[in-house]
This record gives sequence, structure tokens and C-alpha cells, in this order.
Amino acid sequence: MTMPYYASAEQVMRDRSEYARKGISRGRSVAVLTYSDGVLFIAENPSSTLHKVGELYDRIGFAAVGRYSEFESLRVAGVRMADVRGYSYNRRDVTGRVIANAYAQTLGEVFTQQMKPFEVELCVAEVGETPESDQLYRLTFDGSIVDEPDFVVMGGQAEAVSGHLREHFLPGMDLAEALKVGVRALSAVSPATATNGGGHDQLPAEQIEVAVLDRRRPKRAFRRVVGAALRNLLSDEPAPADVDEPVAAAAHTHAPSAPAPGTPPGLGDPESVDTAGGTEHVSDQLGVTDGAGGGTDGGSGTGTPAAG
Amino acid sequence: MTQQSGGRSGFTPAYLDRVGSSFTDFLGITAPELLPGRRPLPAMPLAEVGPHATTIVAVTYAGGVLMAGDRRATMGNLISSRDIEKVYAADSWSVIGIAGAAGIAIEMVRLYQVELEHYEKIEGMTMSLDGKANRLAAMIRGNLGAAMQGLAVVPLFAGYDLDAAEGASPGRIFSYDVTGGNYEERGYASVGSGSLFAKNSLKKTWRPGLPADAATRTVVESLYDAADDDSATGGPDPVRKLYPIVYRVDAEGAVRLPDAEVAAVAESIVADRSAAEQGRGA
Repeated sequence: MTMPYYASAEQVMRDRSEYARKGISRGRSVAVLTYSDGVLFIAENPSSTLHKVGELYDRIGFAAVGRYSEFESLRVAGVRMADVRGYSYNRRDVTGRVIANAYAQTLGEVFTQQMKPFEVELCVAEVGETPESDQLYRLTFDGSIVDEPDFVVMGGQAEAVSGHLREHFLPGMDLAEALKVGVRALSAVSPATATNGGGHDQLPAEQIEVAVLDRRRPKRAFRRVVGAALRNLLSDEPAPADVDEPVAAAAHTHAPSAPAPGTPPGLGDPESVDTAGGTEHVSDQLGVTDGAGGGTDGGSGTGTPAAG
Repeated sequence: MTQQSGGRSGFTPAYLDRVGSSFTDFLGITAPELLPGRRPLPAMPLAEVGPHATTIVAVTYAGGVLMAGDRRATMGNLISSRDIEKVYAADSWSVIGIAGAAGIAIEMVRLYQVELEHYEKIEGMTMSLDGKANRLAAMIRGNLGAAMQGLAVVPLFAGYDLDAAEGASPGRIFSYDVTGGNYEERGYASVGSGSLFAKNSLKKTWRPGLPADAATRTVVESLYDAADDDSATGGPDPVRKLYPIVYRVDAEGAVRLPDAEVAAVAESIVADRSAAEQGRGA
């Protein structure tokens, strides 16, 4: 066999797309859904440390499928860009659109100029003040960027999962409903479930990675939902009222963040406890009331600010 | 925005390079002009060119640690600010107070806050308290050149140690010198122009394992004593309703005490002092 010394641009691009698509389709799926209080990320991911979902900035989250090393370095680049921008301007000047554009440029550049394209698909989600202002940007390996309403599904069986979601998704669902709809959609195609030859009826809590961007949080909206809180949301037992009440109560204890004069930008509401976005650990006792970290912080008590 | 990230070309290789979780180190590569220690300084004494922030105190108590700062900034013989804030939450479990050149100090606090959050986001976990104290020391060390010309920044750092051994106090305080020396303090510490008087006050009033309200009174009283003897430290100002800034860090995280609570403490101290003074006069 001889190496052709000429290949048409069309052929080259087609080969690269083919290659990238194959890589991505081997991975498990990720779904990003909007719900009444923000954006919900659900990833089928048996690892609890190699995340597919992450925090980029105060109101901006990231989800990816494909090759871990590639999307991880893109995630880090996004965090760096957000932090440099927030530091040199102001925290309010960091938007999902800017980061999504930088991703699109980078992916497009790698796709056209390098032998091997990135085998990744990304979603940059930004939560706004109202459900209408939430943004979901979906980025593909060739640098195309699409602004999607309602939900984004990426990964191996994205078509099947979005088909399922199109049937069952309703705008303005609460967290527990949205999570159930999302998990059901992912379970329908997952190899871990019984219908597809696995051992479970539906994806169990250990097999999924869940995080939210909760618009009610004053500063850093991103929270991972883990442990008892996640199991609780997945099970059918707790009446919605039990979950809603403390979350709603917590909502008004955190006023939207507006840095006071003389406060370095980024401190936000000085009275609110704002614990780490990445390290949340929800204990069993908290899990009952602390559905999605709505106002309280897992592992840190009920987060009553300010001494009485 | 630096050209690297704003242009058509997406991320530069520096952004995609998967090494290091430090924001300061990253800025050093991509935008060194944004770092406080990297700017050329005119070869002249600079001590009087900007406002100076003064006294900060910190004490441990039963549930964690408290830090408080007065509200005054001075420029030579002038009071340049009556309501400056010199104590900040560095992240969810630690607080930082600053004394020295206010402009550089506040810039450093901002950088430090981003540094901690950046690490947290990239690593997916919070830095250890000792790690945080060390990062701050490195930042102070970078400012040595400016410090020698009169723009010294000396912080006080305190936090709740989530990894504290059983029986050890989770509230810990770290003090610094201008060369970046980092010293862990036992019980209480103070920095700034009024620190001598504040520390003397704390020496008499602070005891290990105080409850939160008694410890709050202790720190506010030490600032009152510092303001009594140091012209650069401001006392409670009931006319403008300006009271010291007090942060508490306990198992639930760092919170700023509401002004009303600090005001009540300050007023009770003033009342006790004036009662004592009247008793003396009679």
C-alpha cells in the first residue's frame, strides 16, 4: 500500500471527525438539564475522583465526555481563564460566553491544524438570576458551538438519551424531579442497567456523578450532590415538602451577593458561609434536609451565618 | 485582558499546560505585571505615599478563632480612612487581616483569595491550613523589595484546621514578618502600630478555651486599649456607627459578626470603662 501524498481537505476533515466521533462514542453519557433553581449535571461515572463535571467560576460549570486527559486540561484552562479575568477585571465580568468562545477557538484550532483532534465534547453552563437567563453552551470536537435550551446530552448514546429526555423533560421541574428524569434517561442506555445486560434496574448513586449550579447561592453556585443527599433525592420516599421546606427557608437567608464598598470584589455577602465548591461531603444527618446544598453546606452544619 | 486569552486563538499553550495549581505562579508566567511583587519601584522612600492600615488582633477560643481589626487608615499625621476594612475571609475556613501599606495589602488579599479558590477548583479539594499559611508567606516574601522602601505589608492569618488532631485546638493563628517569616502563635497575636498595646491587653484578658462571647469582648477590648494609646488605631465610633470588624471562624466556616453585635460589645466596654473612671473620680 502506498501513502497518498495528496488528500483533499474534505477527506482530511472527514477522517478527523470520524476519529473524534469514535473516541467520544466509546464513553458514557452526560446530561445537563435546567431545573427551577438552576442547572443540574448528571454524569454516568463510576469514579468518585476523576470528575466529568466541575466548577469554572461563581456561576459557571463545566461538563465533558471523551478522553479524560484532554478535557481535564481544557477544564483547567477554563478555570485559569475565568480566574485571570475575574482578578484583572471583576468577578461579574466573567461570563460563560467568553469561556465557551475560548473553548470553541481552541477546539477548532486543534481540529484544523493538528493531526489528532481532541476527542471531547464539552458543555459550559451558566446560571443566571432567572431561569430564562440560564445558558447552556454545547461544544463539539471541531469547535462548533451551540446554545441549547432546556438540556444538553453528550457522549456515547447522546441521541438515545436526548430522545428519552425530549419525551419526559418539562421546563421548571424541581431538583428531585429533574434528577429522576435525567437518571432514567441515562439508565435507558447504560450498560450497567438490567435492560442492557447489567445488574441494576436503574443507575445507582455510586455510578453517577451529580452536581448543581444553584442560582440561590450568593456567590459560588456550584455544588456537588453526593452521599446521602444524592441517595435521598434518587429514592421515591421523601415527600417533596420535606425536601423543599429547608431549602426554601435557606433561600431567603442568602441575599444575592453584592460586594460592599471597600470589600475586595469577590467576597460577596460577608455574612454567608461559602464553603468549598469541590470538596463537599454531605453527612447522613444533613442529607435529609440538605438536598442540593441549597443554602447550607454539607459537612459544615446548617450554615446559620452570624452569631446570635 | 491579556492578549493570550482574549484573541481569536483560544487558549495559549500556557493555559493548557497541566502543571501547577497555583494562580500566582500561573500569573507569573502569563501576566506578571498583575502581581504585586513584580513591578519596578522608584528608588526613593515610599512610606508616606499611601495610606497605612493599622491594628489587627486574633485570639483562639473554645470553638475556633476570632480576628478583629480597627477601622482606621493613616497617612502621616492624617486619618485617611475611618471605615477601611482590614480583615477579610480568605476562604471558607480562614481569615486574613492586614497591616501596612493599604493599597498593596488589599491587592495581596485579593490575590490570596483567588489563589486559594483556584487551588480548590483545580485540585478539587481545599488546601491544608499549613499550606495556606505557607502560600501567604511566599507572597509576603515577594514583597520584600517594596517593604525595604517603606511599603511593608504584614498580615495576620487565622483559620479553622479541619484536620486538627483530636484534642488539639482547631483554631490556629499565624503571624508573619516582612521577610516572609511564618510563625504559629499560641493563643493570641496582634500586628500593626497598636499591636503592643493590644497584646498587653490580651495578655490580661485572654484565657485558653474562652467561650465565643467572652472572646469577642476580649478582642474588641484589646482594640479599645490600642486606640487609647496609639494615634493610628481607631476606637469605636458611635457617631458614625463604625465599629471594629470581627470575623469568627468555627466548625461552620468563617462569618463576619454583624455590626449590631459588635456595637453592643463595644458599647458595654465603653460603659464599663466610664463607670470605672467615675468610681475613681469619686
